[in-house]
Amino acid sequence: MSHHRVVVEAVRFAYPDGTWALDGVSFELGHGESVAVIGANGAGKSTLLLHLNGILTADSGRIVVGDLPVAHGTLTHLRRTVGTVFQDPDDQLFMPTVFDDVAFGPLNLGMPEADCRARVRDCLERVGAWHLRDRPPHRLSGGEKRRVAVAAVLAMSPDILLLDEPSTGLDPRGRRQVIELLRGFAHTKLVVTHDLDLVLELCPRTIVLHEGRVAADGPSRTLLGDAALLERCGLEVPVAARPCPRCGFAPGLAEG
Amino acid sequence: MNGGGHSLLDLGTLDRLGQGDSAIHRIDARAKLAVTLAFVLCVVSFDKHAVGDLLPFATFPIVLLAVSGVPVRFVLRRLAIVAPFAVLVGVFNPLLDREVVASVAGIGISGGWLSFVSILVRFALTIGALLILVATTPVPALGRAALRMGAPRVFVTQLLSLYRYLFLLAEESRRTLTAYRLRVPHDRPPSWRAFAAILGQLLLRAVARARRIHEAMLCRGFDGEWRLIATPRMSGRDWLFAVGWLGFFAVLRLVFPAHALGLLLVGG
Repeated sequence: MSHHRVVVEAVRFAYPDGTWALDGVSFELGHGESVAVIGANGAGKSTLLLHLNGILTADSGRIVVGDLPVAHGTLTHLRRTVGTVFQDPDDQLFMPTVFDDVAFGPLNLGMPEADCRARVRDCLERVGAWHLRDRPPHRLSGGEKRRVAVAAVLAMSPDILLLDEPSTGLDPRGRRQVIELLRGFAHTKLVVTHDLDLVLELCPRTIVLHEGRVAADGPSRTLLGDAALLERCGLEVPVAARPCPRCGFAPGLAEG
Repeated sequence: MNGGGHSLLDLGTLDRLGQGDSAIHRIDARAKLAVTLAFVLCVVSFDKHAVGDLLPFATFPIVLLAVSGVPVRFVLRRLAIVAPFAVLVGVFNPLLDREVVASVAGIGISGGWLSFVSILVRFALTIGALLILVATTPVPALGRAALRMGAPRVFVTQLLSLYRYLFLLAEESRRTLTAYRLRVPHDRPPSWRAFAAILGQLLLRAVARARRIHEAMLCRGFDGEWRLIATPRMSGRDWLFAVGWLGFFAVLRLVFPAHALGLLLVGG
């Protein structure tokens, strides 16, 4: 099953104003892996994501998704393989109703209507949002919007999920629902986030980006307990990885 | 611009009403759209002095209001807001056309007055019917119906996207205005200079959002063609609604029952 693999090799990218957003980023995602990308604002996280779904093209370096390099000729294949859940669901839910929105991707892939209906129903049921199907997106709560956005991406049956800040702007219950939802997916996942507690729950492995470079790549429990590393990269140790303020007991993430 | 509750169109209320549930809401949007368009065409096609022949047409909006549960006040208030335009259109008729064409209880009525009243009645009927249509049909369903009935795809797509993002834009402008208000000592509306800056902000944000939406569309295989799943067939009830009302309008338009009734009463 090598086709759910992602290889990023020495990717560099500069925005038109000349700033290097990515300055030689390399890593590999194995099949079924769930990996977090963390870093301060402007570290290049979102830019990286936009390279993996082919919206931006690297100035140099190479990205391979599955068995195909990301290039102009492979974009159709790429967008079928890689599903992106954007940070702001309002950008993603652009159709007039929830049902139409989830149907948008499969219809573009040329799926027959009857199959498409079944697919939409299946995906909305998986995220617990079938009852919202006739609603216009502006009549959904933040958590509902996020779940529908996930369903819309699932409807294209991607092998790899890219998630940009999946917990931002959600109340605690909405956040919990999204975490549980994502935990249930067997896809290869790349999660870009500032929510380090979410990382500890969802992603065994973390890549730390700093000024367009990979500052660290390893087990989340080790990296997120490394105060010096996180401090240097504009981050801080998540609450779940801090020692108990009363008794000083450290949760011992390093061994976990 | 602050509350949104009293604005001209008050899209929020309209949208909420459209999402409601009643026998009228459940009728297929195509049937409602066709019937309403036929209604408007019939009403505007009468002779310029027609008043009595128009009145029976009020049955349509009245029945729809009664069955759908759309508040009468909602429709009346909006009619009142747009009424000045209709008044303006017809206000000079009584001055220009003084020829007496009818008399009631011995008082001569000039053609100008008749046509003025006729304009007001037509205005109330047509705008009222359109308001009721929008208040009983979700906009997406309306767009879909228009598409099925041959409206240009580009136009409908534009309309639906506008509907999708109008509320978001309104929310963003509200936030920007609030931020402005909190930083000025007085409660006056923004100066032209500040207003221009605020508008510029909104435009930049809208452009950035449009770019992100386009990216999201590309990620889901968008190739320039806007695809929608076809709506289910119209049910027997939808057909009954459409054929029933169309027949009713045809009778009113072609047989002039009001006229006949009037003649009967006068004994002519």
